[in-house]
Amino acid sequence: MTWLHLYARFLCAATLLLIAAGGMVTSTGSGLSVPDWPNSYGYFMFSFPLSSMVGGIFYEHGHRLIASSVGVLTIGMTVWLWRVETRRWMRRLGVIALAAVILQGLLGGITVLYFLPTAVSVSHAGLAEIFFGLTVCLALFTSTGWRRSGAASTHDAVARDATDVTTAALATALPVVVYVQILVGATMRHTGAGLAIPDFPLVFGGIVPPAWTFPVTVHYLHRLGAGLTAMVVFTTAGRLAMRQRDRPDLLRPAVSLTLLVLIQIGLGGWTVLSGRAPVINTAHVATGALVLGTSLLLGLRVNRHRFPDARQADASPPHAAALTAKEVARGAAI
Amino acid sequence: MQQRNLWTALSILALATTVACGGGGEGGGDAPAAAPAAPAFDPATAGNVSGMVMFDGELPAGEELMMNSDPVCAMSATNKTSDTFVGSDGHLGNVFVYVKEGLEGQRFPPASGNVELNQQGCRYTPHVMGIRVGQTLTITNSDPTLHNIHASPSANDEFNMGQPIQGMTFERTFDTAEVMVPFKCDVHGWMNAYIGVLDHPYFAITGTDGMFDLNALPPGDYVIEAWHESLGTQTQNVTVATGQTADVSFTFAQ
Repeated sequence: MTWLHLYARFLCAATLLLIAAGGMVTSTGSGLSVPDWPNSYGYFMFSFPLSSMVGGIFYEHGHRLIASSVGVLTIGMTVWLWRVETRRWMRRLGVIALAAVILQGLLGGITVLYFLPTAVSVSHAGLAEIFFGLTVCLALFTSTGWRRSGAASTHDAVARDATDVTTAALATALPVVVYVQILVGATMRHTGAGLAIPDFPLVFGGIVPPAWTFPVTVHYLHRLGAGLTAMVVFTTAGRLAMRQRDRPDLLRPAVSLTLLVLIQIGLGGWTVLSGRAPVINTAHVATGALVLGTSLLLGLRVNRHRFPDARQADASPPHAAALTAKEVARGAAI
Repeated sequence: MQQRNLWTALSILALATTVACGGGGEGGGDAPAAAPAAPAFDPATAGNVSGMVMFDGELPAGEELMMNSDPVCAMSATNKTSDTFVGSDGHLGNVFVYVKEGLEGQRFPPASGNVELNQQGCRYTPHVMGIRVGQTLTITNSDPTLHNIHASPSANDEFNMGQPIQGMTFERTFDTAEVMVPFKCDVHGWMNAYIGVLDHPYFAITGTDGMFDLNALPPGDYVIEAWHESLGTQTQNVTVATGQTADVSFTFAQ
């Protein structure tokens, strides 16, 4: 495990913390508790007195501090990649991540200055997940396991991915399905529709809402999306369990994903039944990000053979292609 | 070299954020042209509306405000009970009563003096108030902690201002009549207030005795509305005759 990979993992974890902190801002209604930006009550961000971080400011200014730290970490990641990374597309990925985090900061500022317009707030939430996905990619692509699995891309255990078209398609679609579901959830959250359907698991005591207002519709869509996402996850995990038993690098995220989706549905119901208790609501947001990150990880591993460095590895020295399936699997599991 | 690159990147990030921070949502605030000074009717012909707002049943107990998120509030606040339900003996306070219809087309002298909204003890004083279009609202932070004042009207310009220092004030006016404009402090989630903005002077806020008076109204037929933050609104029709006082009562229930 290289230092760069460790750093990428740290960035990934910090981003998850940032998403959770952002979740607390929305869940506690603290989004406008610091009315100015990029300053905080006229103070330069890092000189704002800790003693004044009270009430909603604790969440909003705390979110800004963590966001700034993640921004600095991303700059570090980009510079590091640019200096040491031999894969050109990886260096570009670092730059894309940096651009994403800068844009994310700007969206955060704009949403404060314009009193949380729904479109900007939902974009802020959506870009947060994309950036988190980028950090997952950076962590995965800098791992030794990823490199090793690329070097062994002609081996059966990897090449078989291409023959199991349905599983590959499901795993590829999974992050997209999860992301759309997160966007619907963010729309629900930022339009105040989280309690538009007050009961769970039923819907106004039945299965279909008796009336269709925008809040009810977007809330109902989020519930339908949860069912669809769960179906795709369970089907993908089931197929992998049956067809890729010798691929722990795929089975492990598949099992994690199954558990996470079950937890996530439970948290969603708990959020409704608790009347949107901030901690529960935020746990739902953070777990959503974990579901996205894990599905992305799985989708990328299933599609490992499609990456440029995998194709390059086809012509690599014999020792690379001679890795056993077990070695590949062990190596791919970061 | 690596350090220089890092600082260069940091500078670019800082520049990008500085460029993007221009503008803001704090538009508005300019007072509209004052209304004509001359009253549209002869004051000698005026009548009055007087009445009471009642609550049917036992008034809900005031919710205890949890101020623990700010130690200053928790220690300094002397009143930690919500202002939503106040009153006694079946009378309901903090109800905004005003002439909703019947004054269309009439113009009234502009209000003199400022209206004050104070943040003291980590709550707004008063909790419900009225103001005229174009009249200056002075907002003061009397607390040794910081507040933000976030008004979210629908017809006027939204604003959100910070008052980090005790004693700070700022002034604001409203361009358009609007009942009600909600105010909140996002730092202290329990702090909220409501301001009714009207283009005439006929409004009142009930005290704990539920009483209100709308004096010196031109004779005519009116719709009087009573607004309560939790109980909603009620309206009544009333006819005001010269030199007479018309009685109007409202009864709210949950």
